[in-house]
Order: sequence, then structure tokens, then C-alpha cells
Amino acid sequence: MTASRFPIEAGHIMMFARAIGDYNPMYHDAEMARESEVGGIIAPPTFVQASAQYDPDYPLRPRPGAPWFGSGATPTGRVTDNETSTEGSVPKPSGGTGLHAEQHYEFHRPVLAGEVLTLTARAGKSWEKQGRRGGLLHFLESITEYRGEDGEIVVTARAVGVRTEQTVKD
Amino acid sequence: MALRTSDVSVGTRHRAVVVDNLTRTQIVQYAGASGDYNPLHTDEVFATRVAGYPSVFAHGMLTMGMTGKMLTDYVGDGRLTHFGGRFTSQVWPGDTLTATATVSAIREESEIVVADFDVETQNQSGEVVFKGSATARLD
Repeated sequence: MTASRFPIEAGHIMMFARAIGDYNPMYHDAEMARESEVGGIIAPPTFVQASAQYDPDYPLRPRPGAPWFGSGATPTGRVTDNETSTEGSVPKPSGGTGLHAEQHYEFHRPVLAGEVLTLTARAGKSWEKQGRRGGLLHFLESITEYRGEDGEIVVTARAVGVRTEQTVKD
Repeated sequence: MALRTSDVSVGTRHRAVVVDNLTRTQIVQYAGASGDYNPLHTDEVFATRVAGYPSVFAHGMLTMGMTGKMLTDYVGDGRLTHFGGRFTSQVWPGDTLTATATVSAIREESEIVVADFDVETQNQSGEVVFKGSATARLD
């Protein structure tokens, strides 16, 4: 599932811009941004990816009471091959790695601080390819449309994920 | 200030260092801002001992975000109409990345002049870590 509502907050834009090393005042200085061509604080091009923050079921965020596959008392909270596994539990470490292979955006207009975008996501194409190092590669495309309060598309995002059958070795 | 049609022609190149000696802390900062807490990026113990990588590595989207900074600094705020590409190699702590945009075409799109760019980001060894394209409205 994906977030359906993505409020664009100025503080969130500021933190995201800092994280990509971008100190452009358009991303944090409301007064300066008001005088600009766009007329207010805007989000950096790749900011829409942060809509994951509003996805209640986003799997790459730890949640209280739920097992997490990162380290804690042991190097992973995943169920290992030696332990009893229950159907539908988090993937085993031997189950390979999912990685982001491609990302494409179409920008119909800038994303503005203070607006609320509505998301609709759908699966795109899927295909397989023999990898050089990691066995068979499974590719899956997903397309997300971010719409403004007037229903018009603001950004279209197309992501391609790849899942390998084993950890990619260098 | 947005890029002007008179400033560019096919082959015009713009280059910027977008990160010098990437830190694990910046990767964690990106995890916090984006919401992607995958331990492959944030947890050295998991990344090395469970997943079998030499260390944590950057989110592809951090590399793309830093590459986007080079583009928006060059073309101006709110001028991009397209930006996309492939993550061709992993980015590790300590890497220094240089992003390059090269004008591949100047054309009209719905009566507006736009420039197409080939976009490429390389690490300190010259290895390409991101390869894609972008389009921006010009003045």
C-alpha cells in the first residue's frame, strides 16, 4: 500500500534538502522564496519520494512491537534458516536483496509547501534478466501519480525495483 | 536565475561536485528525511554481517537527490520538467561524487523552449553511479 495523502510541509522540505546537501534558500527561506519566480517555498525534484513517511504500512520503517530485520541484540531480527519459520514472516537473509534500479519523474509544475498531494499508485511492467553476478534478476515497475487539490497531476513517478536471488557480490 | 537559451548549445556541459567524502551520518540523515530506514543503508552490523556487503551504502535516491542539486543550481528553481535515470553502481561512505549535465538538444515543447540534458554522476574513481537524462524550461 502507498500513502494516499501527502501533506507538503516546509519543515520536511528543509530537512530533506539538508539531507541531499542542498542549502538553496528556495527550500527553507519563505521570505526569499516569496520574491522568486515560483512565489514560495518549493520542494527539491526528488522530494516526492518522502511520501513514504505517510504510508502507514511502509515496510522499511521499524514499528513498535513488530520484528525488524536490522540489528539489535543480534545482527538481524529476521528469522534465520536454523530457526522455526512461520509462513508469511519477514524474508530470510538468504532470500536475496531488493534494490532500486531506476527512477524517473515528470514534473508538471513545482511541488509547493503548504499543499496536500493525493497519490495513486499502480504496478507497471515486470520482466526478468540474467544478472552478471547475482543470478536471475526480477524487475518490477511501479507508477505513482501525485495530484494537487484541483485534481491535476503535479508529478508522475516511475520506479523500477530489482530483486536478486542472492546477495550481489563484488 | 534560470538558464537562458543564449547560454547553451548542444554539447554545453555543466559539472559540480555534489558530495565530498560522503559520511554515514549523511546517509542516516537521508533515511530520516525520506523515511527509507532500510538497514542496508543505516546499519553497518546488518549490512556487513547479514547482507554480506563491505559496509552500508547510500540510497540510490540520495545519489539522485544530490545529482538533482547540480541540475536545479544550473537550470533554475522549478524549471525541470523531467528527470530520470538508472542507478548503475553503489555509492559508499567516503565517496566523492561529481555530477555532469550535457545539453543533448534544444527544442520547443508546447511553444516553450526546453533543453534536454544527458546526466551522469561519477565517483572519485570515474565509475558511473547514476546515468540518466533531464529536461528543463529555458528563459
